[in-house]
Amino acid sequence: MKHRDSAASLSSTLIRRPIRHWGWLFVGPMLLAFCVGFLYPFFRGIYLSFCRFRTTSDAVFIGLGNYSRALTDPGFVHAFWYTALFAVVSLVIINLLAFAVAYFLTQGIKGSNLFRTVFFMPNLIGGIVLGYIWSMIFDGILSKYNTSILMKTEYGFWGLIILVCWQQVGYMMIIYIAGLQAVPTDMIEAANIDGASRWQTLIRITIPNVMPSITICTFLSLSNGFKLFDQNLALTAGQPYLFAADGSQIRTTEMLALNIYNTFYSQNSVSRGVAQAKAVIFFVLVASLGLIQLFATRRKEVQQ
Amino acid sequence: MISHPGLAPERTRKMILTALFSILCIIYVLPVFMVAMNSFKLNTYVKTDTFGWPRGESFAGFSNFVTGMTFGNYPFFKSAMYSFVITVLSSALILICTSMAAWYIARVDSLFCRAIYYLCVFSMVVPFQMVMFTLAKTADTVRLFGFWGPKLNTPWTIPVIYLGFGAGLAVFMFAGFVKSVPLAMEEAAAIDGCGPVRTFFQIVLPVLKPTLISVGILEIMWIWNDYLLPYLVLDRTMYMTMPIHIQYLKGSYGTVDLGATMALIFLSIIPVIVFYLICQKHIIKGVAAGAVKG
Repeated sequence: MKHRDSAASLSSTLIRRPIRHWGWLFVGPMLLAFCVGFLYPFFRGIYLSFCRFRTTSDAVFIGLGNYSRALTDPGFVHAFWYTALFAVVSLVIINLLAFAVAYFLTQGIKGSNLFRTVFFMPNLIGGIVLGYIWSMIFDGILSKYNTSILMKTEYGFWGLIILVCWQQVGYMMIIYIAGLQAVPTDMIEAANIDGASRWQTLIRITIPNVMPSITICTFLSLSNGFKLFDQNLALTAGQPYLFAADGSQIRTTEMLALNIYNTFYSQNSVSRGVAQAKAVIFFVLVASLGLIQLFATRRKEVQQ
Repeated sequence: MISHPGLAPERTRKMILTALFSILCIIYVLPVFMVAMNSFKLNTYVKTDTFGWPRGESFAGFSNFVTGMTFGNYPFFKSAMYSFVITVLSSALILICTSMAAWYIARVDSLFCRAIYYLCVFSMVVPFQMVMFTLAKTADTVRLFGFWGPKLNTPWTIPVIYLGFGAGLAVFMFAGFVKSVPLAMEEAAAIDGCGPVRTFFQIVLPVLKPTLISVGILEIMWIWNDYLLPYLVLDRTMYMTMPIHIQYLKGSYGTVDLGATMALIFLSIIPVIVFYLICQKHIIKGVAAGAVKG
């Protein structure tokens, strides 16, 4: 403790004071860009969600009207439940597969490194390209039955699940492998000596020890699911469409991000305020997931 | 992991696992292989005969690549070039500016610095849809030097937007690493009369190298594959990137030339795979390091 105090005071005289003269150079460029690229658009966006506007300059304050219109929009409500269902289903499948693959690839089998490389590869392909690769494959299969991925909501849903699994299993696998390699070997050896079966060792020793990785992967795949946009746009773009009771159109495979995008850039530019309100709701949803994750992982770091 | 080299069942089990994973891996690369295969097929056969070899009447040679390069009123090599320019410039700008800022933030550690740091952490959890409309409008009005210079909606100025929107994760990662670097070297440099700017570039930056690589990989992958930000920010009549180009061909044409689209998709995957095979270790490490981003 004493040592740290002296180090801190040294840093204040030797490093802190001279560096402060150069603050404009070190922080200036990043801060200016941060204001233009994040802070201003963010706060302006919050303000605009309470306004009626076509462009950002003709905004008229109208209060909470946009929010009530957003929450009563059947398309948005449908997109919310569809997204939530998608996020949960993809979360479960991705994590089960990723954990299983990571578990077997850390058992010292031949070719582990090659397998790891292959499983991770789809992660580098962009969402738009991924969507078109898989739409080709699904349409190739479904055309044999005279249908296509755009014909049924179920096709679009499971198609997108397969797509994100292909993309993200390798990514989550890497995180799980790191977690599995950190499991103390002496604990596993002790369990083996005590005659524990492979299954018992997995449940009692391995899984409790990789809980931090499980937390990270759970939140990552959940928020990835909620934020999905490119893949959704490229694979089905919301098709097939359904007509609601009031005559409005519901794009049945449209997720939240795409719904917000479509509301912003539809023909009806009066709805931009509603779109911005939807975006704020979406932000609160995704940000709370992200912040919970940050705090959950930070608490784990302290414990270690 | 404990292994029993003498036990036959254990060895058989591992061999079965290797065989199983070999098959899985082949299935895993099939989609990419299918793209390659279909890029050599005539348009009509991509849909009717997706899984067959390009043979006889369905074989198109390189004609898909030739049409793909030119169709859609926009040359594909131009999109590729803009993708490259935007990715390189933006990643470089992000690396330089955020590492400098993060060093300052971690070392000075004033109230102001903490405020910036937590704003950066906060920006990591904000989805792009929240700011996309206002950001696109901002890029259309703000100029590079405030009121003069080019607008921020060109491939040469969009790096400023990427720096602003992507700064959060980079600052977070750099600051985390700087805090773990002992002060001794920087103090020694200061005692020897080395100013902060030189200290940063000659002492701190080399120490930051592993994080520079991780952050660089993350930014390159993000920007190269990004679709919505450049689509909304760039002046689309003049500039496209590869994802925009592919979406534009597939999304806005009534009758799509599937063969040509597959050829372009194939062309756009090749650099990614080459890049991956060259610096695979760094990529996997970098991506795992960025796992904090929600």
